[in-house]
Formats: sequence, structure tokens, C-alpha cells
Amino acid sequence: MKVPRKQVRRVDGLTFTNVLTGGKLTLLCDAKTDGSFLVHHFLSFYLKANCKVCFVALVQSFSHYNIVGQKLGVSLTAARERGQLVFLEGLKSSVDVFFRAEEEAHPLHFLREAHAGNLQPLYEFVQVALKPADREEAAWTCPVLLVDDLSVLLSLGVGAVAVLDLVHYCRAAVCWKLQGNIVALVHDSGDTEDEENDILLNGLSHQSHLILRAEGLATGFCRDVHGQLKILWRRPSQPAAQRARSLTYQYKIQDKSVSFFAKGMSPAVL
Amino acid sequence: MRGGGGGAEGRGWLNRSGLPLPEVGGALAAGNRGCSFYSWISHSDRRHFTTQRPPSSFLPPSSSLLTRLPVVTCIHFTETNAPHSAYGGGDKESGVCPEQGRSTAHARKAAMRQDPERNSVEWEGRSLLKALIKKSALSGEQVHILGCEVSEEEFREGFDSSINSQLVYHDFFRDPLNWSKTGDALPGGPLGVLRAMCTRTGPGPVTIALDSLSWLLLHLPCTTLCQTLNALSHKDSCPGDSFPSEHVHVLGLLHEELHGPGPLAALSTLAQTETQWFSILPDFSLDLQGVSPLKSQPHADAYTSPVDLSTHLTFNLHLSKKEKEAKDSLTLPFQFSSEKQHALLRRGLSQATSHIFYEPDAYDDLDQEDPDDDLDI
Repeated sequence: MKVPRKQVRRVDGLTFTNVLTGGKLTLLCDAKTDGSFLVHHFLSFYLKANCKVCFVALVQSFSHYNIVGQKLGVSLTAARERGQLVFLEGLKSSVDVFFRAEEEAHPLHFLREAHAGNLQPLYEFVQVALKPADREEAAWTCPVLLVDDLSVLLSLGVGAVAVLDLVHYCRAAVCWKLQGNIVALVHDSGDTEDEENDILLNGLSHQSHLILRAEGLATGFCRDVHGQLKILWRRPSQPAAQRARSLTYQYKIQDKSVSFFAKGMSPAVL
Repeated sequence: MRGGGGGAEGRGWLNRSGLPLPEVGGALAAGNRGCSFYSWISHSDRRHFTTQRPPSSFLPPSSSLLTRLPVVTCIHFTETNAPHSAYGGGDKESGVCPEQGRSTAHARKAAMRQDPERNSVEWEGRSLLKALIKKSALSGEQVHILGCEVSEEEFREGFDSSINSQLVYHDFFRDPLNWSKTGDALPGGPLGVLRAMCTRTGPGPVTIALDSLSWLLLHLPCTTLCQTLNALSHKDSCPGDSFPSEHVHVLGLLHEELHGPGPLAALSTLAQTETQWFSILPDFSLDLQGVSPLKSQPHADAYTSPVDLSTHLTFNLHLSKKEKEAKDSLTLPFQFSSEKQHALLRRGLSQATSHIFYEPDAYDDLDQEDPDDDLDI
């Protein structure tokens, strides 16, 4: 069965210069559109920057990300083989949970629990994956945790507070202790009143340093402008820069890249 | 002050579920009877800051009765209808960029409704919390910080070393839920630490900062949290306590949109409303500007008399007396006056021409100047 692949790719024209400085939580949020192009971008970006990446992929299979990654110029299989990429494939390993003995810890152990427990096994998996190995020298630059996506955990029965706790602990371990970065995707339910998702989104927004919000156009679908990206920088150390800087761009997703332009300045319209 | 504890019990302040009942007459009225207050800072839809606080009770201790009581400060960040010019001080271009804040009495109501825009994370309350902590520290109070959301280094950033040495930081960022099982975590969690603070009897005023109250509210039941906060401020009213009532300022940072109206109302029942303008300077100094804003925009001008438009025209709109008389005596052709009636009766029915007989009824508003005035187009 041929699954249609997303035609999306590298982000041109936008530099996230602060994400490599370490210790940052970047929140990707999408509303009424698909923000997974940002996930693909960050995955290829960090792999090319020689970072150790732990990717918790709960939504798509490994081959999906691999094919998109190849269009962007990285090979996930090669990265996995040389140890740069630790890939938790949620779709495949969720089945393993049921064929294991119950005492063994599995990152997705919460699937087995009758009531919503905590996500401590998943946190421990991340901690082990990104722990700097002692014997080798610093082969990789800062560790990165990438999660696609957190809203799926809510659908699987985990409470919003448990997911917030997981992100809190990951922040303590990855951002604070290891000076790494975290990038997580959350869907914005928008008009549908999903209280758990709202709590998760708002709670994460308060904890994050950079929020990238991909929205569909308010006027509907357009062939030339696929959506709008709002960028919000938060948590500066000095209150002088307190007013969070915010930028808005519109974008069009092309085969191997994404082009950004100011609002209303799409080349198709000018 | 004995009034603190006795007053609470006498009024049956805490009902069976442990929630404080809303005060009739507001917290100021209760203040005269000697009860205690809370302070918190909450985010909601944060385009503007609001601060609501009792008058002059957060300034350095003076001899007035009110300042000897614990302080309520409830600071919400909500959306207001202030025009953009209210932001005068906050330009991006200037180097020193003091944050301007404004509040309205309806602020909290506006915060409760779901904002479809969701740009509410633009404003951050932590800098205000830090500014208030700095103010307490400068006035010589002990400051205890229960840090759950940010690391200690990040929290202490921006304070100079003299203030940092006065802050006691209880770290709940690294391992709040004891997942690492190393025994580093403080026993009892944040609740245990709060309860330990209740029994502490150090002299002098104390400020307890909760960063954040939202974290505590998500992890602890609301009733337990309210009871503990209540006990914190009643700690000075135990019998045998020879100290005069101490200042216990409790500051909490609350992200309003994470909670429902129930817990928010429970925490807010003691809040007073008073509008305050303030600015936060880069070194976390707080500049309170009183009730009126620093740069007051010009409101609607004083009432001006209606302008007479017909004074400076190049043509003449006025009528002379003779012209007025002639105008008034003119009978309009379609008006059914008594003369027309007689003329009709005299002439009979053999009429070749057609006539229009118009009789105005009660609803007709005849205006000689503009006969079409009553048309509703």
C-alpha cells in the first residue's frame, strides 16, 4: 500500500540562531494545518549539526521520516547505525509492550496500565539515550530530544499533568543538566473544546523559550500560500527585553524546501 | 494579633471542604477584624499587566495597623481595552525599556473567557515576581522561594549578589516527584516544605514566593493547597506566641488559563481590587506609579459648545421677516386644507384634472424645510 508522502522540506530563509546555544525548549504548535514540516526540518538540522538526537516518534514510522530526511539531505539509517540517532518508533514498539514480561521496563509501559499513570519509563529511556558515554570523547555536540508529538499521548489516555511532568523532567535532565535542546510538537485543538490539550499547550508555552506556531490561513485553503508561521521568543533573562519578540511569516511548502515571505508578499500574488 | 486566628474561627471562615468562604465586604473589611491575606501573580491573557493590591500595604513596614497584617496582592495579566498608546514606555527601540502595566477592575472576568487568539503567552509574570521579591529583600525581609518551574540559576539571574544572599531557594525543579529515588529530594515534597514553614517561628517579616502556584495547583488538591496557604498566614496567631504579628507575605505566580474557574475563585476570594500602574526596570526594580498612569493620554476634551455651522458661509441662509411671512402663508398644493375642501364641494364631480388630497395623520412629521425627512432610506 502506497502511503502518500508529505512533500515537505527544508526551511529556507529562517535562521534559528539561538537554538544551538543549548538549554532551550522549542515548542512547535500547529492549528488547522500540519506542522510536521517543522519536525522534519529540526530533525535534519540537528543531525547535520552533529548533535546527538533522541527522537521519540509516536506518529509515523521510521521509513516515513527516513524518506523525507533523504530529500533534506540526511540519512536516518546511517545516523542510527553510527549511534548519532536514537529512534523510538512508537508504532512498532507499542506492540512489544504486550509481548514482554511485565517486570521489564518499556518506555511505552503506560499503554499497559489500566488507569493513566506517569511517564517515568519514557523519561528514563530518554535519560539513558542522551547520557554522554564516558569512553568516547565528545563526538557529538549538544544532545537534542525531539518528540513527535505530545498530543498523541493525551489520546492514548495519559493525563495532561503527566505529560507536563514528563516534559519538566526532560527539561531538567536535557536542558539544564546536559545543556541540550528539546523540540516538541503539540497540536492546538482550536475551536474544539479540548481542555486537556489546552492545559498541555498552555503549560508548555509557559515553559518554552521559543514557540513556532504554524496556522492555516484564516481565509481558507490557498494554493500558493500554505499557511502562516508565528515565531515567539520568550524567557529572556533581562526584563528589558521582556516584550517577547514576535514575527509572522507566511510560507509555501515546496518539494525540498519551504519558502517564507512577509504577509501578503507571496510571489504568486505580487 | 489575636484577632487573626480567633476571627477566622469565630466567623466560620473555612467551611467543611476547607475552602475559604468569600468575604462579605471585601478583604479590607476583614482586615479591620485582623485576618490574613495572600498574594499571587497570575497569568491569563497577558497583553497587559494588572495589579490589584491593598493600598500601601506592600511598602516597607510603617506604623499603620494595616501594614502589620499579611498582604494580599493578586496580580493578573489580562486583556484590557486600553489603546496601544498606553504602552508609551515600552518601545522596542529604547535601550531601557520599562514595562508599563495597567489594570481594570474587570480584569479577571476577561481572563476567564477562552481567548481564541491564544497569544497569551507573550507576557511573563516571573519578572514581576522577581521585582516584588527584590523589593522585599531590600526592605530586609527573609525571602523563601519554592522553585518548581525554573532552575535555581535561571531564577537567580538578574539579581545582584547582595540580594541573592538573602534568598533561600528550595529547589523543586530537579526532582519534584522523586523519580530519581536518590534521596536528594526534600522530604514531603513541596507540601511538606510549606507545612514546615508554618511551624517556623523566626523573628521578623517573611516573604514566601511560590514559583509557581500553578504547579502546586496541578499536583495538589485545591483544598489542601488553600488550607496550607491559610495555615501559613495564621502561624503567628498560636497561643503563647509573644511576638507581635509578623508580616507574612505570600507571593504566588499563577498561570490562569491552566485552571478552571473553581480553583481560581477559591484562591482569589481574598483578593482586593485596586488598580495600579507600574513599570519593571531592567534591574528588576519595581516602580509603582499610583492610580493614575505616568503618561496619561488625553481623554475626551472638555465639553465644547456645538459649533454653529452657518456662521462663515459665503451665501445667505437666513430669511428676512418678510420672506418668512410669505413662506408661512404659502399653502402647499397637495395639502388638504379647508379651502380645498370647499373648492371641491363647490366644483362637483365633473373634474377633468386630478388632484391629490393629502391629510397628515398623527404619525406624520411634517417638516417644511425637508418634506422627505420622514423617509427612512
